[in-house]
Amino acid sequence: MGVCFLSLLRRLGHMFIFLLKSCYLIFVPPFKFRMLLQRIRFFGNRSLLVILLTGAFTGMVLALQIYYTLRKVGSEAMLGPAVAVSIVRELGPVLCGLMITGRAGSALAAEIGIMRITEQIDALTSMALNPLRYLIVPSIVAAVITFPLLTSIFDLVGIWGGYFVGVKLLGLSAGTYFSKMQDFMTMEDIFIGMYKAVSFGVIVSWVSCYKGFYTDFGAEGVSKATTSAVVMSSVLILIWDYFLGSLFV
Amino acid sequence: MIEIVGLKKSFNGQHVLNGLNLRVCNKELMAIIGKSGGGKSVLLKHLIGLIKPDEGSVMIEGVDITAVGERELDEIRDKFGVVFQGSALFDSLTLYGNIAFPLREKTKMAKGEIRERAMSALEDVGLQGMENKFPAEISGGMKKRVALARALITEPSIVLFDEPTTGLDPIICSSIHRLIMTTHEKYGFTGVMITHEIPEIFDVADKVAMLYNGTIVESGTPDEIRNSSNPVIKQFITGSLEGPIESLS
Repeated sequence: MGVCFLSLLRRLGHMFIFLLKSCYLIFVPPFKFRMLLQRIRFFGNRSLLVILLTGAFTGMVLALQIYYTLRKVGSEAMLGPAVAVSIVRELGPVLCGLMITGRAGSALAAEIGIMRITEQIDALTSMALNPLRYLIVPSIVAAVITFPLLTSIFDLVGIWGGYFVGVKLLGLSAGTYFSKMQDFMTMEDIFIGMYKAVSFGVIVSWVSCYKGFYTDFGAEGVSKATTSAVVMSSVLILIWDYFLGSLFV
Repeated sequence: MIEIVGLKKSFNGQHVLNGLNLRVCNKELMAIIGKSGGGKSVLLKHLIGLIKPDEGSVMIEGVDITAVGERELDEIRDKFGVVFQGSALFDSLTLYGNIAFPLREKTKMAKGEIRERAMSALEDVGLQGMENKFPAEISGGMKKRVALARALITEPSIVLFDEPTTGLDPIICSSIHRLIMTTHEKYGFTGVMITHEIPEIFDVADKVAMLYNGTIVESGTPDEIRNSSNPVIKQFITGSLEGPIESLS
């Protein structure tokens, strides 16, 4: 039991040092802007379609479920703010984080893992070039930039999904849907969602890069690293979401 | 000069290098032979600081690289060019991009000069006109030649070759050997080559060393090794199943 705990502690410490070293390099030149742009495209391009789809259907399902409950207490007019606040504060960043983990996080872990087993990372090191600067730093910065952007898109599409169900299918007036939203949503709600998105970006890129960077050898090693990156990122997103949520209640 | 003294390394209790001593003089091309899984690649990775030894020292031009920090180690690595076993070309870059990469990242050369040198290096290895191809689009032999061009583009004083001809047909194998000999004559680097190519290697290397049971059992000129009375060397260069080296059966 004690040995297991110490081993877990050592691994967590190793992961944390990996993150600290990478964060330090974010502020130390030379900066790799080209690689940063490639990574932004990597996250955005891979995840945009799935974000649009999940955003729309999350908003639609949410509107249906909330409408069902609100109708019982005669407060259907609150549908707009209920959908918007739920998505912006909670579902947007969390579902967006989970979707990007599945799409881009897994690909990131696999890509870096393959670079490890084909000695491309050793090649960088042998040229006296720090692989963290070339592979990890651009990924973390790109995630910090793209996660809030993709979350914003998710939020927007989700709210329009709710509008479609509430207004077009269930007969609520468009004015009620949006005007109540303005009354009940604050800038704080939006900021909370964005804080979450940024922190989930750090979690997903950090875990995925770490798992790829220290993958075991062979195809099996890369496969394990990819699975482990997705599972660990998803679990950490949900745990971290709870802690952030409890801070902003 | 490269001098290895008392190098020991084990992985999970298995001794791979067991007090290994070796000296490679300046501008000498040293071939290291030995059975598969005998620790040759591990030895090569120690030379460039990719693996830290359990005991012993690795002196590169008078500096013990096992006792220096990352910054000093990077200064030493600047003297190296490495041809990895699987070529380790960057998948995302074209052949031109791979060869130009060390110049772009390590020097302040103008774009035009980088292009000129990279194209000339491609021509030296017989791959003119293929600069826009990606590593996935070319054969194993071509990859080895690109890796050689990339390793030599910065005109390093030490070049390490990890099985540069493994898995290639005899003709391509000979052409790679000839390429190594001509570039060695042209640039005058100190070379360490891991290989299984017997007897061809006796025509390529200045010195040959045999690694067995984690130590160098004998090193000398190709003629000395060819005429050695050591039963391990005799068995290895004749490929006999009878002798001190365990065969599969």
